Amino acid sequence: MAKTRVIEIDPLTRVEGHGKVTIHLDDHNNVDEARLHIVEFRGFERFILGRLYWEVPVIVQRLCGICPVSHHLAAAKAMDQIVGVERLTPTAEKIRRLMHYGQIMQSNVLHFFHLCSPDLLFGFESEVAKRNIFGVIQAYPDLAVKGIKLRKFGQEIIRATAGKKIHGTGAIPGGVNKNLSLAERDHLLKDVGQMIGWAKEAVALAKGYCIDHLPLVQSFAAFNSSHMSLVREDGALDLYHGVLRAIDASGNPIFDQVDYRRFNDYLMEEVRSWSYMKFPFIKRRGNLDGWYRVGPLSRMNTAGFIDTPSADAAHQEFREFSGGRPNQMSLAYHWARMIEVLHCVEKIRELLHDPDLQGDDLLLRGERREEGIGVIEAPRGTLFHHYRVDHNDQVSFCNLIVSTTNNNEAMNRAVTQVAKNHLSGQKIISEGMLNQIEVAVRAYDPCLSCATHALGQMPLQVELYGAGGDLLERRVREGG
Amino acid sequence: MSDSFKFEIDGVEVLARRGQSIMQAADEAGIYIPRLCDVEGLEPQGSCRVCVVKQNGRVVSACTQPVIEGSIVENESEEILGYRRDLVRMLYHEGNHLCPICEASGRCELQAMGYRLGITQATKYPYLQPVRPVDASHPDIVLDTNRCILCGRCIRASRDIDKKHVFEYVGRGIRKRVGVNGYNLADTDIALSDRAIDLATCPVGCIIQKGRGFFAPIGERQFDKRPITLGILPVKERSEQ
Repeated sequence: MAKTRVIEIDPLTRVEGHGKVTIHLDDHNNVDEARLHIVEFRGFERFILGRLYWEVPVIVQRLCGICPVSHHLAAAKAMDQIVGVERLTPTAEKIRRLMHYGQIMQSNVLHFFHLCSPDLLFGFESEVAKRNIFGVIQAYPDLAVKGIKLRKFGQEIIRATAGKKIHGTGAIPGGVNKNLSLAERDHLLKDVGQMIGWAKEAVALAKGYCIDHLPLVQSFAAFNSSHMSLVREDGALDLYHGVLRAIDASGNPIFDQVDYRRFNDYLMEEVRSWSYMKFPFIKRRGNLDGWYRVGPLSRMNTAGFIDTPSADAAHQEFREFSGGRPNQMSLAYHWARMIEVLHCVEKIRELLHDPDLQGDDLLLRGERREEGIGVIEAPRGTLFHHYRVDHNDQVSFCNLIVSTTNNNEAMNRAVTQVAKNHLSGQKIISEGMLNQIEVAVRAYDPCLSCATHALGQMPLQVELYGAGGDLLERRVREGG
Repeated sequence: MSDSFKFEIDGVEVLARRGQSIMQAADEAGIYIPRLCDVEGLEPQGSCRVCVVKQNGRVVSACTQPVIEGSIVENESEEILGYRRDLVRMLYHEGNHLCPICEASGRCELQAMGYRLGITQATKYPYLQPVRPVDASHPDIVLDTNRCILCGRCIRASRDIDKKHVFEYVGRGIRKRVGVNGYNLADTDIALSDRAIDLATCPVGCIIQKGRGFFAPIGERQFDKRPITLGILPVKERSEQ
């Protein structure tokens, strides 16, 4: 009988939510299969039922403390349709966009600087004690301060538009509840130039990592896949609103110019018994081949261009890096993520100079409808909120496909590939090996809970199974 | 015999008129006695007990107890504040008061009272977590008794001002709740113009006007600007939110 060992690593770092990885070995200790299990359950889709439609943007944002604005806005976009509003007033749309750019910026910066940069700066198997944001602060204080201040700027944008840095109330069905005062605008304008400079440095840092570590980046969790995102109708990157576009691994369109309210005609979700997270796929390609990726990497692949100059130049360099074909490297997510930060700060500067932000025309009402579908590009990828509201104004149906869910199959493949490359033939799992797997997960998403709608935090476990299905090794990182 | 006389609140000499309650006299003197079930324009009923004070050593509700000439009233003593904290804590535990997602947050008197009394966590009693259906049957008004504190302000407003008797207490003890005189709200003749529906009437988020939630931005809500205190409840100001 195989010897079973349990090794604990405490505390769990830089992955929020419940996660478990199981790795199955064949008779020669080679990795046969690896799975990322999401074993938590949150249930927002159920307990939102019966609540009143105008409460939804405020309630569902509690899915997450990192990206609440994305859920807030996706729900608000769905509720715009419920109150019969097709197009917001210019002030309302620009305030929401400003809020969203602040959100993408702060979340992407958190993802890169606070959660992932320790792996990139110190090495995946470096000393665990310093492989965290505090280690970065000690070793690279200037870089850490810039990351922290970039994030703070994004949070200040959110506070100015939503009332609070986390879990505000700015977007309401049909519009927003406040504009941007001149004092708020001037406060934000004061720092925006500095932020653009730092965002450019962040792009250079992430790009430099990919170039300096080319063999690693080209091999670590790199695999062909389709990609999907919203794009503006003219093909530009648009994080707030647009049409759905999906491309295959060669860059050929699978579908384009799709009204996101018809997403159900194009996408389906598969349930697998071992995970609370569903597996979406493109209908016409079937559940085996229809999986796709979303998020910064995919957005760089699907967008034809970016409508802000510095980010557009960075986007062109990014595309050239993979020879103009879709970039399939998981570690390039970080580079793409920083290009988006630069784009967001450029858009923020543009908006802060727009007098529409001081307008008073905040809210519209139209003919009441029963169904609303809001889609937005959240920091980790495309986010779908689908609701039906009954004649009493109570929610009767809710389906959320969050960014991480869209990336479920891709994350599993990333974990499998890393496990095969780094664990095959190994009898002992070292902490560094465990972190290799986490690095792959973190490239997509440092937080798993919103995807599964779960409460609290649980350990990340890695389990190693022998050919006979016996548990050989189990490593547990306690939640924290 | 003179119509007015003196008494003391926390060592401050206050002038009162015969027939006044302790709260009325205190209000006129500019001294705030915390309250939840009492509101300007409605008959006091002394049910929430948050206005408890000690008059000549006896614990009474200030909104219903007449002032006694020459009496000594304790309003802000540690003992009285302790009673009030316990009473407000129990209200939190008895209902489902989820401030972070409630549209009344920022204008809710229960929430504001919690802040005023320094209640930062409510762990002394078990949460009852009642399951109460939301009555959204009316086209303009919602009754969500999950947030009800049984202050009875809607009952008195509907009965005494609107002359409609839409609301009434039903049940007893821990099962007591506010119900409607009909199958549901849509079955009554309640209207948005009723005093019972005015935002100044319901101190929490139990009775709400449909489709107006979260209109007031954070920072501009009633109690974002100043804590709950005397004169904080002009009906006009609250209705504009």
